[in-house]
Order: sequence, then structure tokens, then C-alpha cells
Amino acid sequence: MNRYLARAVVLVMAAGLVAACNSTTSSSGAKFSGTTVRVVTFTGPQIAEPLQRRAPDFEKLTGAKIEVITVPFSDLYQKLLTDFATKTNSYDATVFDPQWMGDYVPPGYLEDLTDRVQNDSALQWTDIAPFFRDFSATFKGRVYTVPLDGDFQMVYYRKDLLQRDGLTPPETWQDYINIAKHFQGKDLNGDGKPDFGSCLAMKRSAQSYWMYFSIAAAYLQSQGTKQGTFFNTDNMQPLTNNAGAAAALDIYKQLSKLGPPDQLNNDVGDSRGLFVTGRCALSLDWGDIGPLAVDPTQSKVQDKVGAVILPGSKQVLDRSTGQLVDCSSTTCPYAINGINHSPFAAFGGWSGAINKAASAKVKDAAYAFLSYMSQPAQSSVDVTIGKTGFNPYRTTHFTNLGPWETSGMSETAAKDYLGAIKASLNSPNMVLDMRIPQTAFYQQTALDTALAQFLAGELSAAQCMTQITNQWNSKTDEIGRQAQLTAYKSSLSVTK
Amino acid sequence: MSGQASTRAVPIAASARSPLVSRLDRSAGAVFILPAVLVILTFSIFPLLASLYVSLTRLSFSEGGVHLTFVGLGNYAKLVVGIDRTHFIGVTVPLTPLTAAVLAAVYGGVVFLLVRYLRSPGRTALGFVGRLVTAVIAGTLVWLVVDTVLTSGRPGTLVVTLIYVSVDVSVQYVLALGLALLVVQHIPGRRFFRVVFLLPMMITPVGVAYLFRMLTDTSKGPLYPLWAHFGLTDVSWVTNPWGARLAVMIGDVWQWTPFIFIVLLASIESLPVELNEAAVVDGANRWQLFWGVTFPQILPATSTVVLIRLIEAFKIVDLPNVLTNGGPGTATESLTLHAYTIWRALDIGGSAAVAYMLLFVVTFVGITYVNLFRRRVTAMA
Repeated sequence: MNRYLARAVVLVMAAGLVAACNSTTSSSGAKFSGTTVRVVTFTGPQIAEPLQRRAPDFEKLTGAKIEVITVPFSDLYQKLLTDFATKTNSYDATVFDPQWMGDYVPPGYLEDLTDRVQNDSALQWTDIAPFFRDFSATFKGRVYTVPLDGDFQMVYYRKDLLQRDGLTPPETWQDYINIAKHFQGKDLNGDGKPDFGSCLAMKRSAQSYWMYFSIAAAYLQSQGTKQGTFFNTDNMQPLTNNAGAAAALDIYKQLSKLGPPDQLNNDVGDSRGLFVTGRCALSLDWGDIGPLAVDPTQSKVQDKVGAVILPGSKQVLDRSTGQLVDCSSTTCPYAINGINHSPFAAFGGWSGAINKAASAKVKDAAYAFLSYMSQPAQSSVDVTIGKTGFNPYRTTHFTNLGPWETSGMSETAAKDYLGAIKASLNSPNMVLDMRIPQTAFYQQTALDTALAQFLAGELSAAQCMTQITNQWNSKTDEIGRQAQLTAYKSSLSVTK
Repeated sequence: MSGQASTRAVPIAASARSPLVSRLDRSAGAVFILPAVLVILTFSIFPLLASLYVSLTRLSFSEGGVHLTFVGLGNYAKLVVGIDRTHFIGVTVPLTPLTAAVLAAVYGGVVFLLVRYLRSPGRTALGFVGRLVTAVIAGTLVWLVVDTVLTSGRPGTLVVTLIYVSVDVSVQYVLALGLALLVVQHIPGRRFFRVVFLLPMMITPVGVAYLFRMLTDTSKGPLYPLWAHFGLTDVSWVTNPWGARLAVMIGDVWQWTPFIFIVLLASIESLPVELNEAAVVDGANRWQLFWGVTFPQILPATSTVVLIRLIEAFKIVDLPNVLTNGGPGTATESLTLHAYTIWRALDIGGSAAVAYMLLFVVTFVGITYVNLFRRRVTAMA
């Protein structure tokens, strides 16, 4: 019995020694031991997935525990704003839409990260493409976010199908319609069922309204980025009721009938799923389809997908008359083959920010986590995984093809995919997304509702344009036209 | 005897107490009630008044907090005559022969009821004014429904909610009554069916919405073979305004019929069998048994359960939000979803105004129902 007792004592002592060693090891390497950072973002799996996946690794490295809280996309804006404004401060950091900085920065809710990013060599700040540093991260000359994602909308097409039928990728929106009509109702994946010419997200209260401006921008903006797509920079009058907007609505309506029967109820997750399972010839989306198309667990179109810059138009809006005019060297100075392309940096890319009201230690830990997520070692892998929702935004993401090939993308496919993004990123006529106070109302409420009503047949094109214009004007007057104009012009004056 | 003794003893005991104790005794009732009153004031009355004030303001965010600007009835005006009129009320069009005929019939009926009341011996001035106000509000709501549904117009969230409430509660009641009458019969497996019929009520409304989202998906849902058999794979329930509303209403009926079912079942099972037996002896057939004996006896339970469902049905939000996000367009958007949509963009004042409009409508319907139907039924019982 005594012998058993002695063994037990030895075991307990040994266990205690091991525990002591462990705690010594972790405390010596754990800079943020005992610190918990609550990060809020939208209900994934995209965006939340890489944060959740990498949180345990970060905890091992630094000791900081990362709690990822998710809320639906449509609720994220107000959840954050009410949390900050009521000083509830239940979130220490957020990965959010940088468009909302116009509402979050002026009241002083976000931590100024300028000094931190400049003193953080591991972040490799200058490796992040200038557009994302200047638009997604910076507000009035100060850095408030760490970019984690690069967002451009582009068109994806089934390379195999187009080659088989002697078609070329769409250069104009009319080309897009023609190709969609060609494939609508045909079996595109060999399962014997009729498939669809084009798959778009058109669901209300989701992320669909960006698609409309991807089409409309080709007609509305032709004189370079600083011309702006949403408002006239002279008087803040919306550019939503003119011949260009009408032409875009016409294409948008046609596309609603060249897809799956329940397309009006499809969000981006649905349209992506349909495209990578081979049911669509074309799709309009952010960079997510590229990596998803090589994911062997869900894709039936591996190495069959091509990507091109957003299609353009041979006619653009003359803002003085409100009518469309043909492209010329004056009206479309950046046209390619007589076609005005206006690649849309829709959304701006998910970016991380820190609550100014968090404690100093939590802010340090939160910054360390955001920096860790953005550093090339992590982000170069994450942007190649479809389910992360992160798209390339660093120079190395475009130049280093190794991670892309490791992910299963062929060199040709990688160059094709990255080429489409680079063409958008380098375009002098790139379209910046709206970033003014109450952007959420202008886009998520007024625009989204009117477009949904138009697609459903509740509004004619003219009624839809009038409704959007009236609601935007009403909100602008409510907040102050001059203040909104200043904010809009400020948002366009980015240094590319 | 003992009672008299004790009443005599009380004043003697009271007179022996100090004034302080007597005072405490007198206020004991108030002290015991106070916590409950405070809870109600804090969690019910204060938020109600605060949200009323918020509905008269516009909220903006400034450094260090929020700023409320008083805008009077501006948020309500936006809904009724302003920029959100078509969203809230809908699109009205000039009367057609059909709508004129329907309205004439409804208004004729209302006038007939008013005249009948005026001729009745129990009429009072207050009763008449109450009925007149009810007739005017009800008449306006009927006009809205008729003019936006039976014409080329478009129903707004107010009318859509009224349609949900009237159709859902009516269908739920009829189905629940049928099921309750069926289950009280001595049929095999009736215990099993009682449980099965209750299951939908146990499921979270969001789960029901996802379930119906899958069922209505004609291109890849679990009912795909059925849709394919009938050649309906190119048809979408949820992209057609009335198809989408129908999907929402079917989901709501499926979920909430069990609630009415269980109440009616309990009511029917508690009825004395003697009345039925006496009626059978008198030669009553099954229909006469139901209409003359069973139905009048379950009217009090009916009136209560319908009132509860009416009030609950006005608050429908989960199903249209998850099933269609209020779409296509705003076709399936209820008043609660309307308020939620505005609130998401942090137009708190506008959202509170929609919520108050809902409160007015629910209160009107509730009071009208209680005054015109429930009291009468209870008195009959």
C-alpha cells in the first residue's frame, strides 16, 4: 500500500513539474497571455473561416485568445455602430466593410493605426497594393484598417464551352447577354438537365446591389477614377436617373431572365455554388470564384474557368444632357478597342479595425492579430483558398505563383485569374465604391430595395430610377448636401 | 358568533398601535405592489414612451455619442404621404367597376350595421361614436386592401401584413378545428397524431423558414422529383409576388395551426358528453351535433385563441425575412420586417414610426375584436 502511495506521490510531483515547465514556456513566449480579443465579422463561412482557423495558431504564438463573433452581413453595420455609440464596447476589433469608415471614424470609434503600421516591419505595409492602402485602409490621410482582402468584381466564363462553340469572352455587356442567351437552357455539365446562361446574385438584403453598379459603371464613368460613378461632383445629384442608368437597368433585367428560375432569391453563395458545379456559362462576382473553381471538394469545372475584366460599353453618359454618346477619344479617353471599361472595386475588401475604447493591452493584441492575418506568410495561402473569401491584395499575391499552384490552380489559370484582377487594379478608370456618411442607407436600403422591386416587376425602369434618385436626394438633404459633397469628393481623391 | 367577536377585537388592537405602525399598515399594500409597478414602468411603459419620442426624431452619430433631432411627425408623414408611401401603403389606382362593387357591398354592410345599432334599444351616444370610428378606420383599411390587391396597384407592407393576418388566422382556425374534431374521435393512432400535429409549433420559426426555402426550390430542393414530374422545374414560387406570399402563408399556417389545435382540442375534450347524448336521443345528425351543441360551447376558447393568434400574426417577421428577405421586391415584407429593414440602416426614428403604426393597427384590431365579438361570445357562454 505504501509502495502505491509512494508511486502516486511521484506521479503527482512529476505532473506538477511538467505543468510548471509548460507554464514557464508559455509565459516566456506569450506576450499577450491572458488577453482575450473579441473580433466581430459577418456570418461566414467566408471571412470568419480564416480568422477562426488561424486564431489557435496565433494564441500559441502570443498567448492572446481570439474570440470570433459573427453576425449576418446585413446586420453588421448597425451592430457595430450601436455598440460603439452606446459605449457597450462588446467588440474589441472588427473585420468589416471599409466603406463604413465614413460613419465610424468621424465620431472617433476606431483606433488610429498609422504609427503601428509604419513601425511594423513584419506587416510589409508597402507590399499591399496602393489602392488598398489608400482606399480600404486610409481615411482623411490616417490609417484606420489593416487590409485583409482585395475586392474587384469581374466576369467568369466557362473557357471550355466558349472555345467549343467558337465564342470569345465578353467585351461589352451586350456580348455578355448574347453569350448568356446562347447557353441558356442547354446542358452544361453533362447531367442531362438544362442549365443556365448566367448566374448572378439578385437576392434582396444580401450583397446583390453591387452587381448593378458593375454594369452601370461602364456607362456612367469614363473620365477616370476621380469622376465618380454615384454622384455628380458639382452638386451631389445622383447619377441614377439618366440614359446610362436606364441602359444598365435594361441589361440587369435581361440577366434576371437568363439564369436559374429562382435567381431573384439567390445570394452570392448560391450563384457561386451553381457556377462551380458547372451549371452556368457566365457569372459576375468578386475574386472568390477563381479559388473555388479549383477546390476539388466542390468544383466540377477545374481548369475550365476563365476570368476577364468587367465588360464595358461603346456608349457613355454625357452628364450635361443625360443622354448616351458614342465613345471617342474625348468621351472615353481610357477606352480599349473603343470600349469603355470601368472595373468596379466593389466593397473595397474586408479590412480589420480596432475599437478605440478597448484597453491598451487588448488593442496591442488585436493589432498583432490583424497584422498576423495580413502578413504574406498567412495571407498568401489564405487568398488561394476559396472558402476564406479573401482575394489577392498584395503585390506578392500577384507575383508569387507558388501558393496558387499549390492550391491546385494551373499556371495558365492562375495567370488568367490574376491578370483579370491586375487589369482592374491598374485601370485608370477604376470605379471606387461609395464611402460617405450613411452609405449603408444609400446602398443597402434605398438602392437594394428599388432594384429588388424593379426585378420583381413592382417598378418600371423609370419608376425605379426616380425612386432611387428621390431617396438618395432626400437622405443627402437630410444630412446636408454640402457636407455629403465634401465627403464624396474626399473619398474620390485617393492617390493611386 | 366568532366573527362578531373578531370584528370587535380589531379596533381595540388598532387603537393600541402607534401612528407609525398604523401608517405602515396602510401603505403595506402599495409597498408590496411597488416592485411590480416599477418593473412594468421600467421595462414596458418607459420603453414605449421612449420609442414614441424616438419616432418623432432623427438620430445621427456625433463624436462621443448620438444626437436626436426633433422632426415632429416627419417620420409618420414620410410613411403616409411622403417618400415611403408606396412602400408602406402601396400603390393605389382609380377605382375599377369590380373594386367599386366590392367596396359598395362592404360599405353597405357597415352602414346597415350602424343603422341597426341606432335602432336598437341598448344604443348609447358613446357606443355609436365608437362604432363610427371603427367603421371609418375599418373602411379605410378595406379600401386599401381592395384598391391595391384587386387592381393593377401594389400592396404595401401594411396591406401585406393585413393579408397575412386575415388569411393565416382564418385558415389556421379551420384546419385546427378539423384536426381537433378528428383527433377526439376514437380512431387508431390518435395519440400518435396528437404529437405529430404539435411538432411544427416546437420548431424555431427560422428553421421553418429554411425548411420552406428548400421545399419551394423547384430546381434542386427535396421536392425536385415532384416538380420535375409535373414539368414545373422552371417555375419559381419565390420570384412571383403572389407565389412568394403564398409560400410565406403556407409556412405560417403549417407552424401555427398546432397552437389553435391544442387549445381547441382541450376545449372539446372538456365538454360534457350529456349534451351530445341528449341531442342524439332527440335525433340530431352529426352536423347538427357540431353546429348546435359543440361549436357554441367552444366559442369562448375560440374567441380567446383567435385573439392571441391575431396579435401574434401581426408580428410575423422570421418567415419572410429568411424565406425571401422580403422579396421579390417588397412583395412579402411585413410591417415588422419593414421596421427592421429601416432600423438596419440606423434610421431609428423611421423604424420606430413603422413600429408605432403597427401598434396602432394591432390595438385597433384587438379592441374592435374584443368589443364586437369576444364580449358577445363570452356573454352568450
